[in-house]
Amino acid sequence: MEWAWRNRDQVLELFWQHTWLSVVPLVVGFLLAVPIGWYASRHPRLRGTLLGVGSVLYTIPSLALFVTLPGIIGTGFLDPLNVVVALSIYAVAIMVRTAADAFESVSPAVLDSATATGYSSRQRGFGVELPLAGPVLLAGIRVVSVSTVSLVSVGALIGVASLGSLFTNGYRRDFLTEIVVGLVGIVVLALVLDALLVLAGRVLMPWDRHSERAKGPFWRRFAGGRVAESGTMALGGDA
Amino acid sequence: MIEYRSVGKTFPDGTQAVASFDLTIPSRTTTVFVGSSGCGKTTLLRMVNRMVDPSAGQVLIDDVDVATQDPVALRRSIGYVMQHAGLLPHRKVVDNVATVLRLNGTGKGAARERALEVLSTVGLDESQSRKYPGQLSGGQQQRVGVARGLAADPNILLMDEPFGAVDPIVRLELQAELRRLQTQLDKTIVFVTHDIDEAFALGDQVVILKKGGEVAQVGAPADILAQPADDFVASFVGLDKGGRSLHVEEREGRKVVVDASGRPAGVLEG
Ligand SMILES: Nc1ncnc2c1ncn2[C@@H]1O[C@H](COP(=O)(O)OP(=O)(O)OP(=O)(O)O)[C@@H](O)[C@H]1O
Ligand SMILES: [Mg+2]
Repeated sequence: MEWAWRNRDQVLELFWQHTWLSVVPLVVGFLLAVPIGWYASRHPRLRGTLLGVGSVLYTIPSLALFVTLPGIIGTGFLDPLNVVVALSIYAVAIMVRTAADAFESVSPAVLDSATATGYSSRQRGFGVELPLAGPVLLAGIRVVSVSTVSLVSVGALIGVASLGSLFTNGYRRDFLTEIVVGLVGIVVLALVLDALLVLAGRVLMPWDRHSERAKGPFWRRFAGGRVAESGTMALGGDA
Repeated sequence: MIEYRSVGKTFPDGTQAVASFDLTIPSRTTTVFVGSSGCGKTTLLRMVNRMVDPSAGQVLIDDVDVATQDPVALRRSIGYVMQHAGLLPHRKVVDNVATVLRLNGTGKGAARERALEVLSTVGLDESQSRKYPGQLSGGQQQRVGVARGLAADPNILLMDEPFGAVDPIVRLELQAELRRLQTQLDKTIVFVTHDIDEAFALGDQVVILKKGGEVAQVGAPADILAQPADDFVASFVGLDKGGRSLHVEEREGRKVVVDASGRPAGVLEG
């Protein structure tokens, strides 16, 4: 505890570093995965290919990706961008599947009704499909959020500073406290991000609280069955 | 006036839903398509707002072929009440109704005001208008569906089994309300049902359909009852087996109308 307090500036610095290294891939992954997932949900024949590519990308070990990326995109070895790009790739890889599921979960009857009411296809996409896919998309991004926060720490092994640096340092110096502080920091960050996501969901999707799903047990509130599955996959993958 | 001219529809998978259909629907009247499941009622109805494009023939609204119209604009100009209401689950009741107006370019405030007005016309108050569709009963949702169809004050209102999902009592209530509304509003209504009693209760013109959109008989309810075109129609409207025959019995000096099974249906006046 004392150690953490004495080094609070450094720990906080690492906390913020860790935060943006996690948030940027999340945002990038989300923005890329939503249109790709939407496209996959519309084209059943391409769906398998797109999701297959996603799964393959996700099986590349993170360390391998961190190390080879500089050669591919021409960044320096210690550039945090390597971590950001690598984690964005993972985020897209996982979220594409959830996004496809999310758009497929939207009731065709509702879409038909929107069309019959006179929505143009663009208005329908943004005004009906996207919001109704929202709850499942949220479930997906929550899973990715947790896995990204933990994967950022792997970047410490290639010298990109984050809370993970406390692990590498603590290990080298055989200093347990430092490792524990790093661990606590990561858990706190993961919980805070998750809480923010849940809050955003509440604000942006007020109707979901009244839906059937919301009446079920809390673990089903945000995750449909299929998401729970891809969630297990994602969490298992970052071990 | 809506006109079907030798309209046919074969779906891409080869299903022939409508063979060749001709009909004229006069303005400001209610026409009911009635027939058993799968006979092509919905397909015919959806041809009016181009949710289905015919594979043969034409559909005309006031002598203009709908195929020449922009489908989105056409749909905005026609009210459509769907089976099971078809409301947007993520928009409040009032917004569901206001949506149609917003799409037509009405300002936010005006659209909201008008939405509340139509909602009260169909018997829903302001507190219900702030709920989400999922928080309403089936009957209330159907009322919202009707309100949404009426919101933009369209000349044509298409209704596809709008009262299908409610219990018989609410159903009678909604039918009565629709009749009352129609005397006020004077729309051209095309109504789909598979319930012959509902068809007779609402239709100025009733179209009895057989499989493949084949017309078994078209006419006013009383004419169909008086002169069923064939055995199919007679059985469909329940004239066979004495289903609709009533006779008069004298009871304590009054003429009581009794149905085939002996149950009193009412009292004969005059
Ligand atoms: N998109 C479609 N693709 C292929 N076949 C279709 C399609 N829509 C309808 N059909 C077929 O066309 C026929 C008529 O369908 P339609 O929906 O018009 O029947 P309906 O009279 O409205 O029946 P219901 O009372 O059950 O609603 C049915 O055999 C149906 O299976
Ligand atoms: Mg139908």
